Amino acid sequence: MAVELDVFVGNTTIMDEEVYQLWLDGYTVNDAVRARMEGGVLDEFDATADVLLSDTMDQYRTFQMCERLLHSPAKLANQLLFQIPPHRQTMLIERYYAFDDVFVREVLGKKLSKGTKKDLDDISAKTGVTLKSCRRQFDNFKRIFKVVEELKGPLVENIRQHFLLSDKLARDYAAIVFFANNRFETGKKKLQYITFQDFAFCAGQLINNWTVGAVGEGLCKTKNNMVEDMDVDLDKEFLQELKELKVLITDKDLLDQHKSLVCTALRGKTKAFNEMEANFKNLSRGLVNIATKLTNTKDVRDFFIDLVEKFIEPCRSDRWTAADVKLYLTHYTNSAHILDTFKHQVVWDRYMGVIKSCIFKMYHD
Amino acid sequence: MPGKLKAKIVAGRHLPVMDRASDLTDAFVEVKFGNTTFKTDVCPKSLNPQWNSEWFKFEVDDEDLQDEPLQITVLDHDTYSANDAIGKVYIDIDPLLCTEAASIISGWFPIYDTIHGIRGEINVLVKVELFNDLNRFRQSSCGVKFFCTTSIPYSYRAVMVHGFVEELVVNEDPEYQWIDRIRTPRASNEARQRLISLMSGELQRKIGLKVLEMGGNAVVGYLQCFDLEGESGLVVRAIGTACTLEKFSSGSASITCPHPSTAPPSNACNSPKDGKELVFGEELPLSSGPPTPFRALPSSSSSPPPFSPSKPCSRQSSSSDTDLSLTPKTEEPLSVRRRPGIFLCPSSPILSADTLSLPGSGPAGCGHGSAHRATTPALPFSTQSDSALLRKSVSFTEDLLLAASGMGSGGSAGKEAGPLKTLLRQQTQTTLEQREFPFFTLTSFPPGFLVHVGGVVSARSVKLLDRIHNPDEPETRDAWWEEIRQEIKSHAKALGCHAVVGYSENTSICEEVCILSASGTAAILNPRYMREGCLDVGSIDHRFDDPSPPNCGFCHIPYDELNMPFPAQLAYCYQCRRQKVPDVLFTTIDLPAEAAVTGKGCLIQARLCRLKKKAQGEVNATAISNLLPFMEYELHTQLMNKLKLRSMNALFGLHIQISVGENMLLGLASATGVYLTALPAPGGIQIAGKTPGDLNNEQHVAAIQKRINDAIAKNKELYQINPPELTDEGVGSPIPEPRQRSRIFRSHSESSDELSELDLSHGKKDAFVLEIDDTDAVEDIHSLLTDAPPPAGFHSCSTETMPGIYNWTSGIQMFTSVRVLRLNNTNLTNQGLNKIFTDLCENLLKSFYFKLRSTVPCCLCHLNFTVAVPEEELVQVSVTAVAMTFDKDQNQEKPPEKATTKGGSETEDQLQFPLELSADSSSTSPQPSKISGVAENTIVSTRAVSVDYGSFADRCSTWLELLRLKAHTIRRGSVKTSRRTQSLAHSVSSLEHCSPLPEGRSRSLCSSRSFGVGSVTMVKMTPLSFLPGTRIIKYLGIINMFFIRETTSLREEGGVSGFLHSFIAEVFAMVRAHVAALGGNAVVSYSMKDCVLMENPNKNQAQCLINVSGDAVICVRETDQEQTTNTGQTCGTIDGAT
Repeated sequence: MAVELDVFVGNTTIMDEEVYQLWLDGYTVNDAVRARMEGGVLDEFDATADVLLSDTMDQYRTFQMCERLLHSPAKLANQLLFQIPPHRQTMLIERYYAFDDVFVREVLGKKLSKGTKKDLDDISAKTGVTLKSCRRQFDNFKRIFKVVEELKGPLVENIRQHFLLSDKLARDYAAIVFFANNRFETGKKKLQYITFQDFAFCAGQLINNWTVGAVGEGLCKTKNNMVEDMDVDLDKEFLQELKELKVLITDKDLLDQHKSLVCTALRGKTKAFNEMEANFKNLSRGLVNIATKLTNTKDVRDFFIDLVEKFIEPCRSDRWTAADVKLYLTHYTNSAHILDTFKHQVVWDRYMGVIKSCIFKMYHD
Repeated sequence: MPGKLKAKIVAGRHLPVMDRASDLTDAFVEVKFGNTTFKTDVCPKSLNPQWNSEWFKFEVDDEDLQDEPLQITVLDHDTYSANDAIGKVYIDIDPLLCTEAASIISGWFPIYDTIHGIRGEINVLVKVELFNDLNRFRQSSCGVKFFCTTSIPYSYRAVMVHGFVEELVVNEDPEYQWIDRIRTPRASNEARQRLISLMSGELQRKIGLKVLEMGGNAVVGYLQCFDLEGESGLVVRAIGTACTLEKFSSGSASITCPHPSTAPPSNACNSPKDGKELVFGEELPLSSGPPTPFRALPSSSSSPPPFSPSKPCSRQSSSSDTDLSLTPKTEEPLSVRRRPGIFLCPSSPILSADTLSLPGSGPAGCGHGSAHRATTPALPFSTQSDSALLRKSVSFTEDLLLAASGMGSGGSAGKEAGPLKTLLRQQTQTTLEQREFPFFTLTSFPPGFLVHVGGVVSARSVKLLDRIHNPDEPETRDAWWEEIRQEIKSHAKALGCHAVVGYSENTSICEEVCILSASGTAAILNPRYMREGCLDVGSIDHRFDDPSPPNCGFCHIPYDELNMPFPAQLAYCYQCRRQKVPDVLFTTIDLPAEAAVTGKGCLIQARLCRLKKKAQGEVNATAISNLLPFMEYELHTQLMNKLKLRSMNALFGLHIQISVGENMLLGLASATGVYLTALPAPGGIQIAGKTPGDLNNEQHVAAIQKRINDAIAKNKELYQINPPELTDEGVGSPIPEPRQRSRIFRSHSESSDELSELDLSHGKKDAFVLEIDDTDAVEDIHSLLTDAPPPAGFHSCSTETMPGIYNWTSGIQMFTSVRVLRLNNTNLTNQGLNKIFTDLCENLLKSFYFKLRSTVPCCLCHLNFTVAVPEEELVQVSVTAVAMTFDKDQNQEKPPEKATTKGGSETEDQLQFPLELSADSSSTSPQPSKISGVAENTIVSTRAVSVDYGSFADRCSTWLELLRLKAHTIRRGSVKTSRRTQSLAHSVSSLEHCSPLPEGRSRSLCSSRSFGVGSVTMVKMTPLSFLPGTRIIKYLGIINMFFIRETTSLREEGGVSGFLHSFIAEVFAMVRAHVAALGGNAVVSYSMKDCVLMENPNKNQAQCLINVSGDAVICVRETDQEQTTNTGQTCGTIDGAT
């Protein structure tokens, strides 16, 4: 006796969220059945393993048939094959595009290419995320990357509209796309402690402040038509302008003046004052050098590693608290405005605003 | 030129990539109707083309409009090679031909390809302009409305019910034509789909003509089936009930009604009390129809003794002529046997199959028959001495039409029978002949319409298929059905009934053997309805002078007590105490609205497998017809046992299917068991050993007896069956004869010491005896006890709704499930097979419960199982059903409604209602302890072996007082509750006034029109005739679709399961799309008629055919204003399904 065929089709497509998650997580049917049994479905409902297997198979088939539609979520809403209430559709899409932070952390900043895809089994082994799930997540990244690559307009908005994702998820994907596009180095050992959410925050900062799209709305309107990836690429003009900041460290007077202004402001406000005073020139040189080198693509990639090496590590070795860092950076930024000979206030603010929030986000254990 | 069909192709979307190079498609569309074809421009390089074509106009006969579908083909333009077809859409334009149905078809249709499935969608607009046609001889029947619904459709009232209409058309199956060898599978499939579409169109048109001839304007309970006879052809046949329907606008009807005398009908739907006066009657004098058989029937029904064949001469001669010409050798036994066969086989609804009486009737039949085969059907009854009761009339026509496949014999047969048949067919056209069969495909009726119900009548016949030589003259098939219907009719007569309700027909075909089956419920319909038509005033007051109260009348026996066609065990009605009722009642109809039911009902299934030797031709057919009576008998015994085990006494919606395979027969009977308050309490099940001396055996018997008794007790509790048996003596109604009385008490004593006293003689036997000496019986008992009850929160039934549940919420989930089992073990025994088959069905049910576990409390309604043996070792079971949620807390909402509407005629008899009500409430929600105490006591008393009669009666009367009091308070209380829910519902619904939105109660089930994101209308589907919580405001036409899907890459599509899963999903999608395009938002009375799956995994191939039908409707949520009246309406719909 063998069950040759066993199907169950509802007019409204029946989908069990628990099974959906197992499917997304890349469980095989048998593993899923086991997981469900351990989950206690059978206890709360009197059923045999056969019933569970049959149900799981049905659901898996349904998901497989739906997967094609989930690749372009807009289709899910106006396709006719499956009748799925809107709120269920939203759930399906949101879950399908959800990803594991551990996994995304591994591929963040890598080229979304076939080569990377081949490494997925290593990543799978390392992160404990099943290979199937890794592939789905990777394909999602790639798919979204490909779609928004060709689109004009704000990145987050594009993602949200084309993939019908929640704002949070759309922002995360924007970060992933942004990282992949600029190929930021995130894999170095020194950067391991930084979580995906930290990076996503930083990406948001960069997108909102350093890209072409970030320039004031009115100004942007005219540029919109010409610039392809307004949110994905950093503003080249801005990067050029950053070179001007070099005076802050090359001009000896300016450097001293800046230091004394900062020190005056800081004195008595922190226990780490001595270290701050001692390290000022070093730190300032570090930050300004990062700024001036950003015209090179290679140095853009190293942006985060530079931040860690040039600023975060020295501070940490001097046992600055997060509050110390914030205090220091605030005064460091503001004091530059008082410098008479320093003419690049706008660029400085645009640069330091992002640096400040990035460092603050990244400054933890 | 009576019609102009206009079509416009707007756009396409999600088209498949047809050009690999560009990853795009150059699509254009061909629009074809009849022989005319139009083309759109090519929309180059787009997967979402915008054609926005002109209006293509077809000027056609309305006859063609009815027959032909509009055929839309989407193609990919190719400059150099032939254009590739992407897929097709067939649009049935019938709904547009009816002024009251849809006026335009507009929407997105899935583009369907028989090889690839759905490939994108196309937006189409279709309109029809009909010109007035005054041609009296026209062949079209535009305007006749068709309904699959087996009750008077909602918002209509039946001015007249004309009766049975049937028609069949035959053709060669394109799959078996020579050309099929040289064409692609796609072309073959499309030819088949198109042909079937044409044939169903033609069939519908022909039926429509018959209806017009009868003076009707609609067909209700339209049931169309395909017989894929393989080599011998393709038969499309349909039956239905012709009616004259009148639409009434629900709100204003009662005010604007022109004739005060007909007021009740017009506001029928507003209040069940005076409504639902669907007047069934003969034609008005102005129509030229001859006198109706109805008028003649009540008088004639009694005149012919049940045993005498009373067929019209012409019929008789024709059928025997067929036999004569085709089977000269067996002519004698055949023609004689068939008639005795009617009662030789247990043709009784209430045949109390006593060991003593049955052998008597058996030989009697044999005497008549004098044929070697004739004795076989009687065999089980004479040899097996257990006293199972057969309550159905069953018969087997074994006339094998041995016309063989030889051209010669077939040809000669045609020649001989030809002229006569033609004559016959012409006669059939006349209204007189039309009324020959007083059959109704309806399953629910307005209160008072059914006077008495006799029992199930059914007939089966095994035929050998031969080639249909002349598709225009399908007499052979006609004659086959004719015979069967005659038999049904005479069975009904034998039961003293003049009509058959809940009538249906089906076939099972394996190779060249075909089993034709028909079944229905013999009944007596209210003669007043018949005679006086819609003009009577009497229809209102009839209920006052009606001898039996309406809520138990239908249970009363229709036949003469002294002259019963079979030995039966009768008792006085437990409600009115005036009329006799049988102890068990089997019917194919839904539970009448007025019926009083104790407790809840449940699904009861009997399953059976019988092995059969492989054989060919006549031998095979003989073997099958020899097996049939045994199967019917065993199925019946199983049903009986299971019914008793659940302590119930009636079956509704009984459907018995016998499927034939090469080496086995499968039998499946499904029904909803209930405890009818009017019928006596069923006795228990007695286990008897054949050798009483054996101590071991005795112990074994005792053990089994205990298990059974426990099961019965448990079931009583589960289904809340606390029969108010105490009213027996308490009410002071005519007390049954002493014997009956003792019987009642005896039934409670099932202790084993009674065993020896067990009297098997007629009249006293109430306990059901099972002998367990043979293995069969052990098997029976085993299967009895292994049937698991549905898990907590679930109910299941095969009828439209579950008796005992009234407060449905709007959550529904329709589903189709198919399971195929491969029997690898070649040396299977009958027992082994039975076990496998039973497990298959049980496991399916368990799967449903599990899958739908999030929707509890819910009821699986209209569980419709279909079995088939597609290949030698395969068993296929397909199920379509709907899960409906209900509100557990308001269990009492309905009964009070009922009670108040019936207020006027409420008598002592109706105390059962409140009583049942209180029993109900006590077990579902914490109620005053006194009542639950009563309920408990009731159980105790029914089971107690020795109850002191005196105190018993005393207590009874006090309880009665108490109950009456409680009933009133409860009634008031719950009316309040229902009001509150109304206002609640109001606050919700007023927001979405008039939009077809269900309340978002159960999220997983709830479907709603999608806002914003989605442009797809949510379409609900249900096999029932109504949608809970909504009101059907318009019927848009019948949906009748046939699809073929084939694959040559089975593995790639996920095996057979993957293949069928996507196909079923596609069929649903196409049904929904058509309904949405008609402007509808739901399908009611949906059913999947056929699901034929053929697979060849070795070749990586599979093919599947699916036929679905239903009624497209627009329904709206019940809004506050109508809510007050509508609660009644819904209830009416629920029980009356009117």
